[in-house]
Amino acid sequence: MALRRLRMQPLRISLFITCYNDLLFPETGRSVVRLLERLGHRVEFPLEQTCCGQMHYNSGYQTEAMPLMRRFVDVFRGADVVCSPSSSCVAMIRDHYPKMAASTGEPRLIEAVEALLPRVFELTELLVKKLGLEDVGACYPHRVTYHASCHSLRSLHLDDLPLRLLRKVRGIDLVELSNVDRCCGFGGTFAVKNGDVSAAMLAEKMLDVEKTGAEVCTAVDNSCLMHIHGGLHRRRTGIRTVHLAEILASTEAETAQ
Amino acid sequence: MTIRVGESATAPSFQKAALPLLGDSQLRKNLRHATEVIQRRRAVVAGELPDWQALRDAAAAVKQKTLRHLDRYLVQFEAACTVAGGQVHWARDAEEANRIVLELVRQQNAGEVLKIKTMTADETGLNQALEQAGIRPYETDLAELIVQLGNDRPSHIVVPALHRNRSQVREIFRERMQLPDLGDSPQDLTDAARQYLREKFLRVKTAIGGANFLIAETGGVCIVESEGNGRMCLTLPETLILMAGVDKVIPRFQDLEVFLQLLSRSATGERMNPYNSIWTGVYAGDGPRNFHVVLVDNGRTGILADEEARQTLECIRCGACLNACPVYRQTGGHAYGSTYGGPIGAILTPQLQNMEHAQSLPYASSLCGACYEVCPVKINIPEVLIHLRGRVVREQQSAMKPEALGMKAIAAVFRSRRRLEAAHRLAQAGQAPLVRKGWIHWLPGELGAWTAARDLRAIPKQSFREWWKETHRDAE
Repeated sequence: MALRRLRMQPLRISLFITCYNDLLFPETGRSVVRLLERLGHRVEFPLEQTCCGQMHYNSGYQTEAMPLMRRFVDVFRGADVVCSPSSSCVAMIRDHYPKMAASTGEPRLIEAVEALLPRVFELTELLVKKLGLEDVGACYPHRVTYHASCHSLRSLHLDDLPLRLLRKVRGIDLVELSNVDRCCGFGGTFAVKNGDVSAAMLAEKMLDVEKTGAEVCTAVDNSCLMHIHGGLHRRRTGIRTVHLAEILASTEAETAQ
Repeated sequence: MTIRVGESATAPSFQKAALPLLGDSQLRKNLRHATEVIQRRRAVVAGELPDWQALRDAAAAVKQKTLRHLDRYLVQFEAACTVAGGQVHWARDAEEANRIVLELVRQQNAGEVLKIKTMTADETGLNQALEQAGIRPYETDLAELIVQLGNDRPSHIVVPALHRNRSQVREIFRERMQLPDLGDSPQDLTDAARQYLREKFLRVKTAIGGANFLIAETGGVCIVESEGNGRMCLTLPETLILMAGVDKVIPRFQDLEVFLQLLSRSATGERMNPYNSIWTGVYAGDGPRNFHVVLVDNGRTGILADEEARQTLECIRCGACLNACPVYRQTGGHAYGSTYGGPIGAILTPQLQNMEHAQSLPYASSLCGACYEVCPVKINIPEVLIHLRGRVVREQQSAMKPEALGMKAIAAVFRSRRRLEAAHRLAQAGQAPLVRKGWIHWLPGELGAWTAARDLRAIPKQSFREWWKETHRDAE
């Protein structure tokens, strides 16, 4: 449908699922595949992929992150387009890979990173910027609030891309989250190393989510959502979190079931 | 070398210090209120300048250039200041800085001194050094006065008494100024402070302050403030002693055009500070007869040597990163155990002072990037935090801590598809004893910090890659 309207050639899209989505949130990956295939594109999943190295890099284990960067570059070197449903992993690749590659002083690696970066997209970037879509034919009849993750906001500068996609979803009752630019307190190992401060930040975020009256809180990062959902579930609020890809993959046919 | 950053040498780790603060509901309410008010004002006045981003770039460029030639600009400042009739002193560390100031105060036979708000003197512990020598320092900045009278510590680099609200200030004044009938309106409180301070401004002949900018070209010292106490201290006393970190120098008078626009808007959300003083040397019949500037290193040149972290020294101490930080918002400045709290303190303190406590500071951040976004000189604080974490890990790795072993093991798993898939199966099966109705409510060891406040959804039976292999067999 979308392809015909835009007279666009189907793309060969390599999915970088990310390590935590692979294990903890497989439904997000399935949704990305369903969505992109529905839009007429060919999805590939290189099975040799593992992790971008973000957790190690950000926690101070930069030496350990280096081989993971090399692996990512090797695995996706031949990809036309790389798509990932995680803004923090894309931010890791975009913000830190060039510097990491430069530190090795290997011209071939530096070149490979430079050549690969423009082909790496976060999911909403791919949909709106690369494919020129806002209406992906989704239907999601629920009251939803959108949490802007820090990396989506301040590293990738996604601005309102996710909201533009959400506004075109049929049946959705989209409510604005106050203090949308404030961190939920996850921060990777921060949530464990500074568990108490992290929990205090989460408490404020949950208050804002609850005030919206939404049944679903969505975002472009399952990491934040794992944190927010963990808190909401502990408090038995009944509010659930759903990755944006899952909302966009939902259609009338499925919700009717 | 005796490098000191306030009381950070004996401070507990950030995690430990944060805990009681998180339980202080009054403190947290004061913090939320104060940081939100300043942030809102900052956003308005920064937003109204069409060239705000260009100003940030210009400021960063000036600071980078200055740091590249710091030796030259400092010597130029010394020469210009001396020609204008001032005296410049060089202090290697906190001890030497305090010793120089004490000697200058003793030369005046002064038993008491006025203080303009200065973070550098807090860093070196000057007040304690003065008191030990029998000299009484009087803080004249309203917030510093509140902190001093309350036997407290500053909790913010621009608004040191941010953790106190009006009624708490009234209690401190009532008790320490012996004013049993003091009201709690802003007017009542400022009147009381004015009465208390005015007498001291007129009596005390020596003042000690800091500097916002040292102008290499003219030898002038720029002090920016809101209350006029600084102006009083610059003009009334006979002797003026200013302590400044070597990072405070800027090349030209003209550079102030950039910095004064950025500083006041970022710090207090004002378009211009009410008092902007530039004092250069000595003038017959006006102002202090003795003008001293103490240039303090106290670990700064060590930072200069680290290419990645060098940008830390570009800081103009506006405090915008503190107000924007969601971590600072919860704990306030005392958790950082240093003169410098918040994001900038989390990168500055551990570099100035490589103490064990300071090693917890680079981790006192969720790396959300709000600090970088508001920084008027574009210090990439998250980048420096990550860099410093790397340094902590390298220094601690010999200890073979469980965390380091775990991280290495996980990295090894990620280096091989076979190991990753085996680890998936292990996690899927191994979680069983912890799972109750699809959720995990308790985790052992350090991971217990997660389940202290949050549940964790159980790992699904089928990973994404297993689903893919099942459904896309033909693609392989």
